[in-house]
Amino acid sequence: MGDIITTIGTFLTDLLSSLGMGPSAVEITIKIIVAAILGVFGIGLVIFTVWLERKVAGRIQDRLGPNRVGPYGIFQTVADAIKLLTKELITPAGADKVPYNIAPVFSVLGVLLIWAVVPFTTNAIASDLNVAVLYIVAVGAFGVLAVLMAGWSSNNKYALLGALRVVAQTISYEVPLVLSLLVPVMLAGTMSTQGIVEAQPIWYIVYVPVAAFVFFVSSLAEVGRPPFDLLEAESELVAGFHIEYSGMRFAMFFLAEFMHAFAISALTAVLFLGGWRGPWVQQYPTLGFVYLGIKTMVVYFVVMWVRCTVPRVRIDQMLNLNWKFLVPLSLVNVLMVAILGKLPLRLSEEQVAEVLQNTPWVEWAFGPEFMAELPRAVLFLLANAALVIVVLALLGVYARRERRKVEALVDEGEFSAPQPAAAHQ
Amino acid sequence: MVPLWMYLVVSAGLFAIGVYGVLSRRNAVAILMGIELMLNAVNVNLIAFWRYLTPMDVSGQAFALFVLVVAAAEAAVGLAMIISIYRNRQTVIAEDIDLLRG
Amino acid sequence: MEITAETVAFAIFAVFTLGGALGVVTMRNLFHAALMLILSLFGVAGLYILLTAPFLAAVQIMLYVAAVAILIIIAIMLTRSLMKAPIAANKQWEVSALIALIVLVSLVAVILQVSGGRVRSYWPQEPVGDVPADSITALGASLVDPDRYVLPFEVASVLILAAMIGAIVIVRSRPTS
Repeated sequence: MGDIITTIGTFLTDLLSSLGMGPSAVEITIKIIVAAILGVFGIGLVIFTVWLERKVAGRIQDRLGPNRVGPYGIFQTVADAIKLLTKELITPAGADKVPYNIAPVFSVLGVLLIWAVVPFTTNAIASDLNVAVLYIVAVGAFGVLAVLMAGWSSNNKYALLGALRVVAQTISYEVPLVLSLLVPVMLAGTMSTQGIVEAQPIWYIVYVPVAAFVFFVSSLAEVGRPPFDLLEAESELVAGFHIEYSGMRFAMFFLAEFMHAFAISALTAVLFLGGWRGPWVQQYPTLGFVYLGIKTMVVYFVVMWVRCTVPRVRIDQMLNLNWKFLVPLSLVNVLMVAILGKLPLRLSEEQVAEVLQNTPWVEWAFGPEFMAELPRAVLFLLANAALVIVVLALLGVYARRERRKVEALVDEGEFSAPQPAAAHQ
Repeated sequence: MVPLWMYLVVSAGLFAIGVYGVLSRRNAVAILMGIELMLNAVNVNLIAFWRYLTPMDVSGQAFALFVLVVAAAEAAVGLAMIISIYRNRQTVIAEDIDLLRG
Repeated sequence: MEITAETVAFAIFAVFTLGGALGVVTMRNLFHAALMLILSLFGVAGLYILLTAPFLAAVQIMLYVAAVAILIIIAIMLTRSLMKAPIAANKQWEVSALIALIVLVSLVAVILQVSGGRVRSYWPQEPVGDVPADSITALGASLVDPDRYVLPFEVASVLILAAMIGAIVIVRSRPTS
């Protein structure tokens, strides 16, 4: 009973074979079914996450959030979706028809493709690619492409400006993203996501919290979530690249953004929080879904939290943060992991057995793999802590210098302290 | 599997189209796109030969990787030059960029 | 030749590649030409997957589609006052077409080994063996192996660095004196 995936797989194979299909036809049919389930799952989840996000944002801002349609307003998203689907589809007169219509499809496609390499449990992954991590970066190209096509073909200057900002942002943030993705790959010695999860008896966030942080921040920027939503900054660009879109097509962009936010939460959970790992998962693989779901939700909550509390950055701040902070930090981090990874710190089986003799509860709670990895994890953690201290010190120096600059400007009278409005009367 | 000559024919077609693009387009960006097509044709050839003749060795893939690197460097510098020329002369038509002609 | 999933996939990717390429060289609207370039590059990535080179396919999409093609689109946008050029091709397009045709015919003739009107397929129909499972690992190791490609690898890194610095220097707007 524990292994639901194998049960369903065998059942489907038997069913299809009894219908007179050949083995390769059965395989292709099952792949199509898996793809359909993943697609529906990815899209269906948005109905829930949008509601959750509005509810959480409401609570954080001391409001109630949606509460009219259904219990706790849970059907609010369904109502909104129906409204969007029934609205008129507008194509501007000067629009470039074909790219204009393909762009929303591409933006959803780029996100759905990510789910193909997310390992849900020990034996449930749509496609265990041996280049999965590279694949994740590659399918991100669809999203950029969709935005460019939308921005260009709308024949609208705000859309074009928004699209150019998106490209500047996503291309720049791809550098720290790839560099921080490299860290789990180097630690696990594989690019397969399933392999990375299997190599994490101790979560990689313990080894390399800096890489996890850089990955999280740069994927927020990739997705264009607040505080990096300056690509659709309402106050500057009206709505950015999707200004001309309406109805279903707008819904697809909206869908893609929320799906992407959830997908990066799942990826963070897989790469840094041990994915489906948890107690008794080897005996009962179905538990893996639950563990991955919980971890993803925790990360997603952080995404929502950041959205509600951090104000939007300016475009110069966005680029400075990337090129002057995240890129050097992740370069140093990669270098550090490369050097420390060469040290022979993994305990051999005899050593593990020796340690476990004295502390049998460790094996009971975490397993022998945990013990073997422990010295490495501790060393990486210490190195990361040192890195964080150095970075904070440097940031402190930089902040002090910037503050002096502003103070100097105030002294010269360039800036005047804000006067109360009544003083002018 | 698909026989090797089919890949070679596709690659030859890609190369010939690239040659036509480089020779016939007026816009410098379009010429650059033609060059990219030709480089891709070379890469398809390299990978196809590697797969059919020496799959045990990695040299085919390694060469294709170096071609990709060169293509990326070429695109970056080429586009930078095109934008710089556009700023100075307000044109990217290859025939009009003839400052050195007597 | 019987029709299998692989031949169908090959046909689709070949059509993508060649059709996209034709679009690149004939489309009057440069933005459309760039989109066609992306289609063509995707076709090439698909061919790589059929040739069991998934690493190259992923790099192809990451480097070409996500970087080069998007760079080209941005260059097109920045120089867009010339987008709607009245004619796409220059005066020598007929000669160019002839040259391209000669190139195509001679290449295909060599590939198919045409001799005396008899088309003989000289090339292997099947690969000589399977790709080893650790092909990607071996590729990575060979790039840093002193006996193999460490020198080209380092030269490539220097090339990339030089290209990066060169591109920045070229496009940097100089302060007007």
